Amino acid sequence: MRKHSVGVLLLFASAALAPATRAQSGGQLHFCLHGEPKTFNPILVDDEASEHIRYLTGGVLIRLNRQSQALEASLATSWEISRDRKTITFHLRKGVRFSDGTPFTSEDVAYTMNQLMDPQTHSPTGDAFRSGEGTVDVNTPTPDVVAITFPAPIAGLDRLFDQVAIMSAQSPRKEMAVLGPFFVAEYKAGSYVLLQKNPNYWKHDAQGKPLPYLDSIRLDIQRNRDIELVRFRKGELQMINRLDAEQFDRLKHDDPAVTHNAGTGLDAEQLWFNQVPAAPLPENKKAWFRSAKFRRAISAAINRDDMCRIVYGGYAKPAYGPVSPANHFWFNAALESPKHDTKAALALLTQAGFKYANETLKDAAGNRVEFNLVTNSGNASREKMAAMIQQDLAEIGIKVNVVTLDFPSLIERMTRTFDYDACLLGLVNTDLDPDSQMTVWLSSGENHQWNPNQKTPATAWEAEIDKLMREQASAVTDDERKVKFDRVQHIVAEQQPFIYLINKDVLLAVSPAVVGAAPVVLSPQAFWNAETLRLSPSAELGAQK
Amino acid sequence: MNPSKLLRISCAVFLCAIFLAGVFAGVVTHYSYAKQFRELPNAAPSSSHLFGTDALGRDLFARVLYGTRISLLLAPAAAVLSTIIAGVLGAFAGLMGRWLEKVVLATADLCMALPLLFVLLALRALLPLDVNPVLSVVATFVFLGLLGWPASLRVVWAASRNLRDSDFLLLARASGCRPSRLIFRHVVPNLRPVLLAQLWISIPLYVLTEATLSMLGLGVMEPLPSWGNLLRGLEDFSVVSANPWRALPLLLLILVVISFQLILPAQEEIQ
Repeated sequence: MRKHSVGVLLLFASAALAPATRAQSGGQLHFCLHGEPKTFNPILVDDEASEHIRYLTGGVLIRLNRQSQALEASLATSWEISRDRKTITFHLRKGVRFSDGTPFTSEDVAYTMNQLMDPQTHSPTGDAFRSGEGTVDVNTPTPDVVAITFPAPIAGLDRLFDQVAIMSAQSPRKEMAVLGPFFVAEYKAGSYVLLQKNPNYWKHDAQGKPLPYLDSIRLDIQRNRDIELVRFRKGELQMINRLDAEQFDRLKHDDPAVTHNAGTGLDAEQLWFNQVPAAPLPENKKAWFRSAKFRRAISAAINRDDMCRIVYGGYAKPAYGPVSPANHFWFNAALESPKHDTKAALALLTQAGFKYANETLKDAAGNRVEFNLVTNSGNASREKMAAMIQQDLAEIGIKVNVVTLDFPSLIERMTRTFDYDACLLGLVNTDLDPDSQMTVWLSSGENHQWNPNQKTPATAWEAEIDKLMREQASAVTDDERKVKFDRVQHIVAEQQPFIYLINKDVLLAVSPAVVGAAPVVLSPQAFWNAETLRLSPSAELGAQK
Repeated sequence: MNPSKLLRISCAVFLCAIFLAGVFAGVVTHYSYAKQFRELPNAAPSSSHLFGTDALGRDLFARVLYGTRISLLLAPAAAVLSTIIAGVLGAFAGLMGRWLEKVVLATADLCMALPLLFVLLALRALLPLDVNPVLSVVATFVFLGLLGWPASLRVVWAASRNLRDSDFLLLARASGCRPSRLIFRHVVPNLRPVLLAQLWISIPLYVLTEATLSMLGLGVMEPLPSWGNLLRGLEDFSVVSANPWRALPLLLLILVVISFQLILPAQEEIQ
């Protein structure tokens, strides 16, 4: 018996070793971009397709490890931030060359920063660094040291450099000369982008073998997700970076080995009520929507577990706050997670002066509680969620009329006319740091959707959030910032200006032929470690779950 | 009784049965079309849910019946409206010719050139959000009827133009027939097969157009069912392959469209 166990153990051990030994370098990885890349210039990136190419080709000073969510040295071997959080000094890696052979020096960092901060460039990446009036000073005392000074303190300054791909000041190829693992070798508009291995890439694996292992990556431009899935099934593609729950289930049913659930993602679906004082709504509705007890009652009446199970096939988790549990550092675990409770919802409404009788809820003045819930048309999941909210709220006597609108009309109502009662939409979250949500939480922000662009905060709790958000932005340590942002999350949970509904799981597919894939929730989920991916000669070797 | 007549009667009985089941949906089923049985999403047909349930656990049989009420009442109404407009304008244009023909055809071309999608989007943007759902549905079908005539008009115009120089019209004109009498007494009866064909073609077309419109926030809104939004659930073929009973509304639509076609008398029978 004992002998037998050892035999089984050895069998497992050899199976575990197999990928590393049998997988080989070289080959072409093949997957899809879901849109045309708008630019190959890393400082002008503003769309997902270009962002993916920047990630695969760009060399950065500091890299955010998508798995551990910690910052790691990359082209900079170390860095220091001054006490006033205005200056960051990088010590650069020596002997590094761009893909065209041009040497990498501090002059390249200075050139990149100047391009990035040039107002004429209109760089979306540069916007994150614009902390105040004044210019950015870049000092290059030696070829391997660079100090960058900003006019005002910047929260999470080092993290921002994960998005700054260094360009060459000397190379005649400019932005096409890169420091990342691959470079753009070929691009056919509307068809594909071919990335070739960068022969001058600085990184090596533990055995001293140069990275990346792959020879090339072919990114087909394919908007249609169903076609992408068919091509993946046929073996033409080796990964799909994001799948919806239905596609995932279908694929899992046929071939469970290729499907990967990386866990709860950062994106949330949420509902909010229009609290804009100038909105063309009846005064009684405005009074309901301004009542925190009304909003909390709505939140308690919605059955999030049913939504996760029915709409997302179980591939989602109930959401209660602005930060997903996937955001390890900033998530406030102390927040209470309210349960679906119709009785508690009715109790809150009674406290707020509403009366429930004959399966109908009326306010103190005798008006029936009824509102329109708008969402964008063509999104089947949201339409299902809206239908479920409709039934959940009918149980507490509220009549909800679901209206689907095309996206431009919806945006027009949300941002200009404010002619809507409640809105159901999703929030795409790509950045972990709360600073990226400034325009959402500051009462003056344009994405402060329930009442945007306020001159002065309309409520005391919004004023407190404003103060806390500003304080966290200027706090010295991340722990101090966390204390402030935890309080923001607490206020949001208490006031429910956004009623968070669910956080979707990150679902993707990776062919068994790809060795070394370790899908994560942060973008780019499937290929964040592209430099260490290999292709196995046989399909039975696959991604490690 | 000859087989074609028997088939026609069977189709008429089938259509009447469907129509009555839709009108008396509340009697035929005790389920509400909106009630979600959340423990039973995508359930297979059973004694408690004859057609099974949809993705939210709503009884599909109840939804089909209530959907029939909307689609089978309003789509034919819109088809009748558009066919009447096409018939009258097409017959006049074909028969009278000259400037009237040019004006009518130019108007039809103009209407066909209108980007219907954007016109409908503009309409949705103009409508208040709290418009009554029933009113929204009726307005949508009226709008479809008012905008759907140009394609039929071309067909009717071509047919009436062929009649323009016929001997019987020449005789009618020679005997001093007024244009209106020419149209309604001589031309329209001869156009009947064309008009009926246009009418029957339009009905399923409007049912499907309604499905598209509900994606734009026009037409039938949740949780009100229509054949259009029931068919929308079949866009993803995997849903049908995993839950074949979800295709029952499609089967019903096919049977209804075929029945409409089969109860049409053949052209030689009309003549």
